[in-house]
Amino acid sequence: MTKLKVTLLTGRTINQGTGKEHGKLSKKYMESVAICQIDPEDLKKLGIREGKNVRVTTAFGSVVLKAVKSLRAPHPHVIFVPYGPWANALIGSETSGVGMPTFKGIPAEVETSQERIVALPELLKQQFGRSEKTCV
Amino acid sequence: MRVVSNVTCPVCGSLCDDIELIVENNHVTKVRNACAVGEAKFLAFADPKHRRVKPLIRKNGELVEASLDEAIRRTAKILAEASYPLLYGWSCTSTEAIRVGLELAEEVGGVADNTSTVCHGPSILSIQNVGFSSCTLGQIRHRADLVIYWGCNPWSAHPRHLERYTTFTEGRFQKSIWIRYLTKLRALIGKKKAQRAAELASPRKEVISKPERTFGLPPTLTAKQRKMIVVDVRKTRSAEIADYFLQVKPNMDYELLQALRMLVFDRELDLDEVAGIPIELLEEVTDVMVGCRFGILFFGLGLTMSSAKVRNIDAGISLVRDLNKKTKFTIMPMRGHFNVTGANVAFTWQTGYPYAVDFSQGFPQYNPGETSAVDILARGDSDAALIVASDPVAHFPKRAVKNLVENPLIVIDPQVTPTSLMADIVIPSAFVGIEAEGTAYRMDRVPLPLKKVVEPPATCLPDEVILQRILKEVRKLKGGKAA
Repeated sequence: MTKLKVTLLTGRTINQGTGKEHGKLSKKYMESVAICQIDPEDLKKLGIREGKNVRVTTAFGSVVLKAVKSLRAPHPHVIFVPYGPWANALIGSETSGVGMPTFKGIPAEVETSQERIVALPELLKQQFGRSEKTCV
Repeated sequence: MRVVSNVTCPVCGSLCDDIELIVENNHVTKVRNACAVGEAKFLAFADPKHRRVKPLIRKNGELVEASLDEAIRRTAKILAEASYPLLYGWSCTSTEAIRVGLELAEEVGGVADNTSTVCHGPSILSIQNVGFSSCTLGQIRHRADLVIYWGCNPWSAHPRHLERYTTFTEGRFQKSIWIRYLTKLRALIGKKKAQRAAELASPRKEVISKPERTFGLPPTLTAKQRKMIVVDVRKTRSAEIADYFLQVKPNMDYELLQALRMLVFDRELDLDEVAGIPIELLEEVTDVMVGCRFGILFFGLGLTMSSAKVRNIDAGISLVRDLNKKTKFTIMPMRGHFNVTGANVAFTWQTGYPYAVDFSQGFPQYNPGETSAVDILARGDSDAALIVASDPVAHFPKRAVKNLVENPLIVIDPQVTPTSLMADIVIPSAFVGIEAEGTAYRMDRVPLPLKKVVEPPATCLPDEVILQRILKEVRKLKGGKAA
């Protein structure tokens, strides 16, 4: 399977903005942030069409997202994931002494995936084991 | 039905204060003048699917309904007993509530940090290093003839910024470029249609070659009109609106800013390109910058979140300082949440520092990188957390969130968020700016009043009142100092 080495950017989109106002557990929010915008040429290299799932992996984590064709190409080897719990699974906590983690410009790998995109409660459980929380 | 006008929108740092709401039976039914995000917030905030109304406490691993008094008592107990609690959030609440929150942080000897720590924290550090020349948005609206957006996408993050404060606004001395943009857009659509028609008409597709991309600036950039340049790592919708778009390679903004500084002083650069942009083009852009009468550089998280972080902003501010030797130039960070500037302002009045303030020694200490939220959580130092009007579980790195959810977590927020799902105590509050009054600071540090438009549910108090009650309870527990 082709693995592409890319640079990961995270950021705001207008859909993320409206999605969060409809509630973070809403379908609209998930559809707006559990995506990965990829350059059309890179999609060809991966051998997939828009709408298929891809696994994005960085040194800090890995997550399955829906591949979306970037509307404003070209930006070869640069992928964009909107801010949100899915993007955060890929971010490291090193702050270079200024309190700010690197949310943009992270080396990453992207590959096609047959796995499904996990919904928010499941993602939280996977990452932080919510059910294991003890009572106060 | 009543119409409430001049409402300040509690969404982004642009703080548009011309919103009109139509209210029927204590519900907002129509929104005028707002952007898509603002409209979504005003119309969907009360949706019971993601609105909390009753306080919750985790018992045997499950969040169960509780009384407000019990939730406040338990919160006070956790905070009073913790040795190094983190009090985080603050950017989506009123300045009045932040003031009480800081009093609480001092009382419990914790760390108070606001969301600028993962937003414009590096900008603040850099402004403290270098100083900066800025202005209010009104100045820009009326006078700026060159608007540069660097590492930000106002079309998505501050949708009405262009329309209210910069290139699409009719200023007293500068006209809107809206018509110019529409003409450009029509020409582009026409060109695409013609190209498609030619493709369909021609049997041999290879004969039709796309026109070569020509370098050189469009004539609008040298005209004596308002103009806009966008510098970003990828083409955004804002970049399409701009007269010119410079596509910088990821993590190379610092090099580009320093190269521009050299070009402002007519130094020779012995290179073909910097950060993927040919030198000739940079020279032309520098001429436009030096040649403007009043320029403004807006910068966003593209500079603060990529690799050089604080040094990017140092270089940006230095570029503006250099440009001021030749013309008038100003710089302004594009602040995200509606009251993140207010959080910085209130933190600075009360403690002397804008964010990441540590009260554990009994006096305020400030050392971002050590006393900032992500670092404290990643090191595993804090033993309890109070989150007010923020969602760090959705927006902090995984390792930092792990510590947050392993320790007692209290959330004061009107909405159901990933953080409130993971919390041990949830206290629902009223939406500031819709169900509660307050003051917020716009990105240029102009304070604006937030209106109460509808009545909150009876069990949802404003953040300020909830925090005052927690503070009173903490003082009672600490003995003898009850207010």
